[in-house]
Amino acid sequence: MAAHVLLIEDEPNIAEAIRFLLSREGLRVSHSAEGAAALVLMRQDRPDLVILDHMLPGMSGLEVLTALRADPSSRGLPVMMLTARGRDREMAERAGADRFMTKPFSNAEMIAEVRSMLERGQDRQ
Amino acid sequence: MPFNLLVLACLLYVAFLFAVAFVVENRAARGRLGWLRSPVVYTLSLSIYCTAWTFYGAVGYAARSGLEFLTIYFGPTLVFIGWWVLLRKLVRIGRQHHVTSIADLISSRYGKSNTLGVIVTVIMVVAATPYIALQLQSVVLAFGVFATAAPDSSRPLDSAQIAVWVAVGLAAFTILFGTRNLDAREQHHGIVTAIAVEAVVKLVALLAVGSFVVWGLAGGVGDVIARIDAADLAAWQVQPGRWTGLIFLSAAAVICLPRMFQVMVVENEDEGHLARASWAFPLYLLAMSLFIVPIAVVGLERMPEGANPDMFVLTLPLAEGQGALAMLAFLGGFSSATSMVIVESVALATMISNHMMIPLWLRLRPGAAAADDLRQVVLMARRLAIAAVLALGYGYYQVSGGSGALAAIGLIAFLGVAQVLPAMIGGIFWRGATRTGAILGLVTGLVVWAYTSFLPSFGPGAVLSARVFAEGAFGLAWLRPLGLFGTEAMDPMIHALFWSMALNALAFCLGSLLTFPGPVERLQGAAFVNVFEGAVGPQRWARGQVEPEALLAMAQRILGEEAAQALFQTAARAQGKDGFLPDPTPPFLDSLESRLSGSVGAATAHAMISQLVGRATVTVEDLMAVASESAQILEYSARLQARESELTRTAGALREANEKLTQLSLQKDAFLSQISHELRTPMTSIRAFSEILTEGDLPSATVARYGRIIHDEAKRLTRLLDDLLDLSVLENGAVQLTLGLASLQGMIDTALTAARATRPDREFLVIRDLPTEAIYLRTDADRLAQVFINLISNARKYCDAARPELRIAVRQRAGRVTVDFIDNGKGIPKDARRVIFEKFARLSDANRAGGAGLGLAICREIMANLGGSVAYLPGQGGAAFRVTVPLRLEVLAA
Repeated sequence: MAAHVLLIEDEPNIAEAIRFLLSREGLRVSHSAEGAAALVLMRQDRPDLVILDHMLPGMSGLEVLTALRADPSSRGLPVMMLTARGRDREMAERAGADRFMTKPFSNAEMIAEVRSMLERGQDRQ
Repeated sequence: MPFNLLVLACLLYVAFLFAVAFVVENRAARGRLGWLRSPVVYTLSLSIYCTAWTFYGAVGYAARSGLEFLTIYFGPTLVFIGWWVLLRKLVRIGRQHHVTSIADLISSRYGKSNTLGVIVTVIMVVAATPYIALQLQSVVLAFGVFATAAPDSSRPLDSAQIAVWVAVGLAAFTILFGTRNLDAREQHHGIVTAIAVEAVVKLVALLAVGSFVVWGLAGGVGDVIARIDAADLAAWQVQPGRWTGLIFLSAAAVICLPRMFQVMVVENEDEGHLARASWAFPLYLLAMSLFIVPIAVVGLERMPEGANPDMFVLTLPLAEGQGALAMLAFLGGFSSATSMVIVESVALATMISNHMMIPLWLRLRPGAAAADDLRQVVLMARRLAIAAVLALGYGYYQVSGGSGALAAIGLIAFLGVAQVLPAMIGGIFWRGATRTGAILGLVTGLVVWAYTSFLPSFGPGAVLSARVFAEGAFGLAWLRPLGLFGTEAMDPMIHALFWSMALNALAFCLGSLLTFPGPVERLQGAAFVNVFEGAVGPQRWARGQVEPEALLAMAQRILGEEAAQALFQTAARAQGKDGFLPDPTPPFLDSLESRLSGSVGAATAHAMISQLVGRATVTVEDLMAVASESAQILEYSARLQARESELTRTAGALREANEKLTQLSLQKDAFLSQISHELRTPMTSIRAFSEILTEGDLPSATVARYGRIIHDEAKRLTRLLDDLLDLSVLENGAVQLTLGLASLQGMIDTALTAARATRPDREFLVIRDLPTEAIYLRTDADRLAQVFINLISNARKYCDAARPELRIAVRQRAGRVTVDFIDNGKGIPKDARRVIFEKFARLSDANRAGGAGLGLAICREIMANLGGSVAYLPGQGGAAFRVTVPLRLEVLAA
């Protein structure tokens, strides 16, 4: 069964690019443009990995991450954060992000990172 | 008795006086006067009242006029016993105001008027000159007595030569001890002590001669009384008028004579001394007068007809072969003369130099006070003045030819100085007394005295012609010198006394009543009249009941420990003591005060020591001085305070600026990270899709779609950069406006067309009222259209109504045009309205058709540049913006 990636990204073009790349790699990708909806989605359809944009309208990426880590069911879930700014990385790290990807990113790097995170996630299980 | 022996005795005696004065001066310089500052010395120094006139002349007076001579003793006795209050007030005023002479007292009282100082000085010099001549004459006469009595005298005695030598000798002595240094209080301890010694000598001499006469020549007390009864001079031929007049005169003289004022007020060390003197001095006078009548009676009996009764004191012992006694008597008379001349010339020299020479010198050499050492000038002036006074006395002696009875000259002098009495008494008891009154009284008194007493004393034809005597000045009978207003019947002495004093007092009172005192006069008047009020104390420190420790503690606080201890140690060593605690002697207190005043100001220093010494001697003047010092300090601290508050303000402004800068810096950081984010977002898409495209192997539809995305994102990036650049230019005010006349309607048309690019797919109703838009504006049409485009695009973008519509309403009022853009959406939440005009204040990302949230910020800047504004218009249902723009934009500066 293909690994499931939840993508939370408000920029439609970026979301489309990531969805294309990960789908091509044989991953199942679900997408939400907004944090609150993503949290609901996550409970229904448990992802193996979350790719979370830092700058989200409404609920910010950090808030989503905090909520996600507060929920026991998603506490150990691997989270990759997409950030634009260096300083946000610190705060995200403290909030419990596992990896970071700075925009704009290289597609190959993004794919490699997702793969390694998924593998490690499987080892843990 | 050999004449040379007499001269030798005189010289030895003078040398002894020199020694006494010298030793005392040195002790005074070291602050160790001790018993020399006692009431006994003070009382004895007062005895300069008894001059050669009293010593020799009283006997002559008694021989000529019987008991009338007693009036000369009654006056001072009455003053010292009965008018003690007056003396005390004089002494208190003198000490408190640092009065240096009687002229200084009068001038100081009447508003520090130097005119008055000069007038009083003139009166005193004129009146004292015959008096000094009198002393010279007495010495010459005494020498003459010895010369004629001496069998070995081969050559006739040159009396003029003796007078010269005496005058020169006295001048030398006086200059030496009277002007050794300049004491602020004009005190001369050496001279005062020498005078006290002389007082003892003259008393002992007179008592010795008296005793010799009573018990040696007559047969004891009983016999003498019998002889006196037999002689007609002892009959109490009291003439009430003349006696009253003479008592008054001598009473006035004892207060007003320059030398009396000098020893009584200026040289006074302690008010307590005056209390002792109030009974001791009359006692001294009693002792001096005890043997006058016996000597006169016995002298008249024994001496040959025509012998000068003024010289009985000398001639009686000589005739009886009592050489040693005669020598003692001579020394007594010599003492009387010299002590009077010395003190008189010191007092007069002080007046002459302070009121005449120094003011004149300062006027002739302006600025000299600061440039030269004034002390040396003053001392030189003193020396010259002393020499001048003695020269005047000698001159008078030569002119008057040494004639006339001693007593007569003495009385004329008394009357002269008494002219100061009204101004003085009035000055210290009557606040209404004025300068004009004092001047009028003094001048009137001086003129009347000179006309009725002084000038006639030279005799008819000497100064006043015989005709003036007989017919009066200008031939006016009522102006005859000895019979003013037809009062020839009066005794000449009483006549002069009555008219001079009466006219003087009248002029003084009338002048005072008819004029008003100046401010300084008023202050001085109050200070003099009310000198006892407010527990006023002496300026000179008396030996206080103060613990030296307390003084040291205070001094340490002010001077610092080391300096204070050094000062105290030096003072203690000078007193011959070990350690740091000298006795609180007056000189020490003085030096401490002056030292402290260098640090805290004179008035404060005085008040502080006053408090410790416990005499409660803070005067009103002291307080005023302290207050003025405090005022200076207050002013200084106020200035400090002002500076401090200024600093506080500056610090506050700095803090504010700093906060603003910090905030700006934070804003800048936030702005930069925002820009970074906004730039990275399109870049991310562009990179990701371009990488996908370069890998190839994609359906052509996908390639086309991804190519379009890349294109859109590139356009978005460009727009963002354009906006940023635009905003930066607008914010810096560096924007170039292209002003021109443009139709508002045209601008709105352009904007609507341009805005159609935003969500072109959407049905959007625009409601306009075209006639209201028919306005021509003078503005930058492109920029204003840019604002309209932004607002319309926003409405197209964000209006969430099912059938979106936009109403554009134009209104013109008072040179301004408002254009409202109102849509029918939900509008903007209240708390968000504040931030919509900030950069990157995009509210919701429901519709992300480009735009980085800079639109409204740009609008705001454009409108500011166009002299108008853009604002959110609340209460219109949907989102509403009002653009206000001036009808005619004038460019202020190209």
